Amino acid sequence: MARKLKLRIWRGDNKTGALQDVSVDANPGEVVLDIIHRVQATQMGDLAVRWNCKAGKCGSCSMEINGKPRLACMTQVASFPEDETITITPLRAFPVIKDLVTDVSFNYKKAMEIPAIQMPQGMKPGEPRMQQVDVERSQEFRKCIECFLCQDVCHVIRDHEENKKSFAGPRFFIRIAELDMHPLDTLRNRKKTAQEDHGLGMCNITKCCTEVCPEHIRITDNAIIPMKERVVDVKYDPIRWLGSKIGKREGIV
Amino acid sequence: MNTLERHKYDVVVIGAGGAGLRAAVEAREAGLKVAIICKSLFGKAHTVMAEGGAAASMGNVNDNDNWMVHFRDTMRGGKFLNHYRMAELHAKEAPDRIWELEMWGALFDRTKEGKISQRNFGGHEYPRLAHVGDRTGLELIRTMQQRIVALQQKDAKDHGDAESYIKVFAELTVTEILKENGKVAGVYGYWRETGADVLFEAPAAVIATGGVGKTFKITSNSWEGTGDGHALALKAGANLVDMEFLQFHPTGMVWPLSVKGILVTESVRGEGGILTNSLGERFMFKYIPDVFKDKYADNEAEADRWYVDQDNNRRPPELLPRDEVARAINTEVKAGRGTEHGGVFLDVSKRLSAEVIKKRLPSMWHQFYELAGVDITKEAMEVGPTCHYVMGGVEVDPDSAAAIGVPGLFAAGEVAGGMHGSNRLGGNSLTDLLVFGRRAGQGAVQYVKSSGTHAVSDPAIQKAGARIAAPFTRTGGENAYSLHQELQEITQNLVGIIRTGVELKEAIEKIADIRKRSASISVTGDRKFNPGFHLAFDLDNMLLVAESTAKSALLREESRGGHTRDDFPGMNATWRQVNHISSFDGEKVNTKAQPLPIMPKELFDLFDVHELEKYMTPQEIAKGGSN
Repeated sequence: MARKLKLRIWRGDNKTGALQDVSVDANPGEVVLDIIHRVQATQMGDLAVRWNCKAGKCGSCSMEINGKPRLACMTQVASFPEDETITITPLRAFPVIKDLVTDVSFNYKKAMEIPAIQMPQGMKPGEPRMQQVDVERSQEFRKCIECFLCQDVCHVIRDHEENKKSFAGPRFFIRIAELDMHPLDTLRNRKKTAQEDHGLGMCNITKCCTEVCPEHIRITDNAIIPMKERVVDVKYDPIRWLGSKIGKREGIV
Repeated sequence: MNTLERHKYDVVVIGAGGAGLRAAVEAREAGLKVAIICKSLFGKAHTVMAEGGAAASMGNVNDNDNWMVHFRDTMRGGKFLNHYRMAELHAKEAPDRIWELEMWGALFDRTKEGKISQRNFGGHEYPRLAHVGDRTGLELIRTMQQRIVALQQKDAKDHGDAESYIKVFAELTVTEILKENGKVAGVYGYWRETGADVLFEAPAAVIATGGVGKTFKITSNSWEGTGDGHALALKAGANLVDMEFLQFHPTGMVWPLSVKGILVTESVRGEGGILTNSLGERFMFKYIPDVFKDKYADNEAEADRWYVDQDNNRRPPELLPRDEVARAINTEVKAGRGTEHGGVFLDVSKRLSAEVIKKRLPSMWHQFYELAGVDITKEAMEVGPTCHYVMGGVEVDPDSAAAIGVPGLFAAGEVAGGMHGSNRLGGNSLTDLLVFGRRAGQGAVQYVKSSGTHAVSDPAIQKAGARIAAPFTRTGGENAYSLHQELQEITQNLVGIIRTGVELKEAIEKIADIRKRSASISVTGDRKFNPGFHLAFDLDNMLLVAESTAKSALLREESRGGHTRDDFPGMNATWRQVNHISSFDGEKVNTKAQPLPIMPKELFDLFDVHELEKYMTPQEIAKGGSN
């Protein structure tokens, strides 16, 4: 049985815009992205929205639904009360291009700033031997679908444009953690640079990123906190500090 | 009129999925300047949707495996219509391509010895698929993406600009391959964000645009699968080969309606999932074709034993090639033995513990739990066929991936034809992307070395620009969304999993009618990120693809792999000897038969002659290969 759904969709660009009221049919089992497509096909042919897989695997249809950063393809219409008006707005942390589409190039710039994996010298293809338990820690972070919802929700940049320069954001803290825990990566000082170059210290562990992650990656507990703890260990433990100076090593293996 | 944005590159790669990125890496490493163009954001390509794994005969789990076994499985799966040379190259090179990904940071699941783990899949004789849970495609695309970033970081250090040799142009649609004197001279398109035109001048273009699923109503493909590369190649004068062969993946979600078609990975069956109908029968035992009787168990006891002892038991029939399983499900549902929502049951909960299911099939668990409210660790899934993959595609030279007939044009991945014959085995597409992506990159490098550049002429630029502007100059025409829906109904109902000559003729007429009406499509709004405008161009591509498919399907009067004719059931050895070649004359698609390349003796001899007798004519058997 179709029901009439009331929506408020933000329409506009980087200069002006406003919420527009729309009424549209919704069928059982449908997700918010289905509804947006119906609006597009029947009422607003030029409504801009990003999407690809519609199965929660590509991380394209990130937007804010009733103020919460979510994937539109994984948000069931039935999860809202019958009479509730659903408000759909673009990601707030990034500049709007048009309607629900934002300029997420910030994230691609940050990706470029994180040094790539450095394989052991002389290692040849086919040679690596790793145990499942050792790859699993990094595999958790490699589940990331780059929807950037964690970046959007993070208050360090959500309301503070000025922090963007020095803060890579949760998505890239898990990228650094992934490389740091990668059994084959030989680049040293990843945790130290996370702190000094990528703004790890600005995170005050409110766990908002973990809450919005559609892949349920434990961003704060498994990536950010362990890195913070070890950075602090080295910084404040005098013996480790001395060791790190003498041995030119990071101090923690 | 604003000044036209112009770029000059050595190679333009159209598409940033696995094949496109692998081609770009290859061309960059050879020292060329490469542009990568994608319709979506970087890293969102349809490759992320691949779940099960990448087939390569590394022999990590069963050391009886080698390239020859993989080659045989691929040819069998394709019902011997594959281009033998592509299947050979693929089987030989796949392991190296996987090991190379590991050197770029990929983290595959491991065996106890610490090697890359490999899992069972339909049609593969041994456990062969390198995988990461059920998100292997994501691992592949992310690894390639990060490899591109690594190359850019190096360029930043060496040349002062990260984008000096390799640049990604995201959210850009290519509308035309431009030629001068019969050779590729560049590509033309528009930024999706602004709608502004862009010209790339380049002597070589690699098409790696993936598939055509959006031509159909029920599909596992994302919005990008609109056959852009197939259509670009046709319009540039290249041929499409065997467009009648479409793979309907046997297991797509069927409920709720909103998710109908979304893929349920074959790994569910590889991990022990069984298919049952509404009567509770494990029906696949009824559908083992003669050609596979010696390899598949005909009783439950043996099928179940196979999971623990593969050397002494035949495989469960749930792991038959995809075309067989899809047809079987279709038959069960049509006979009234389907589920409430028109599918069959797929159940893995009785074989594996909840913990193991969540570990090995995490995204399946997630997908069913969140989208259908079904907990697959406790209950069965409802599944049915969904349009998943096109075996047909650009006719290429196997070694260089060069498109036949258009110097400077290359094609790799799903958009290229020949490799998979009439039916692709699961797991063969991810390694196809890597093997032939790399070869397309190499092919382009070799070509560019001697080709020189060809300046694009002003009239060609003006013509390409006028085509993009046209929808805005029209008013009162039909809207692209409704025409697209109409096309999807036609293909789904008349060119779908089961076909007849009468229906195909009807489809050809109807597609031609939509094509005529699409010439007057008008769009609302302006050029800035306007999906209605974007769809107008995608639709044009889908129409050419649908026409090629319907016409090839009408010609082939037999049933083979991903082409089933109700009026011509059964395979016919004479039909195995021809490919169907589609070309475009500016008005319509023309399709003709062309002799299939003949396998050389050394490959012919890899098979038991009694097996070949099931597929080939006595004359072919007597000849014993081409040498």
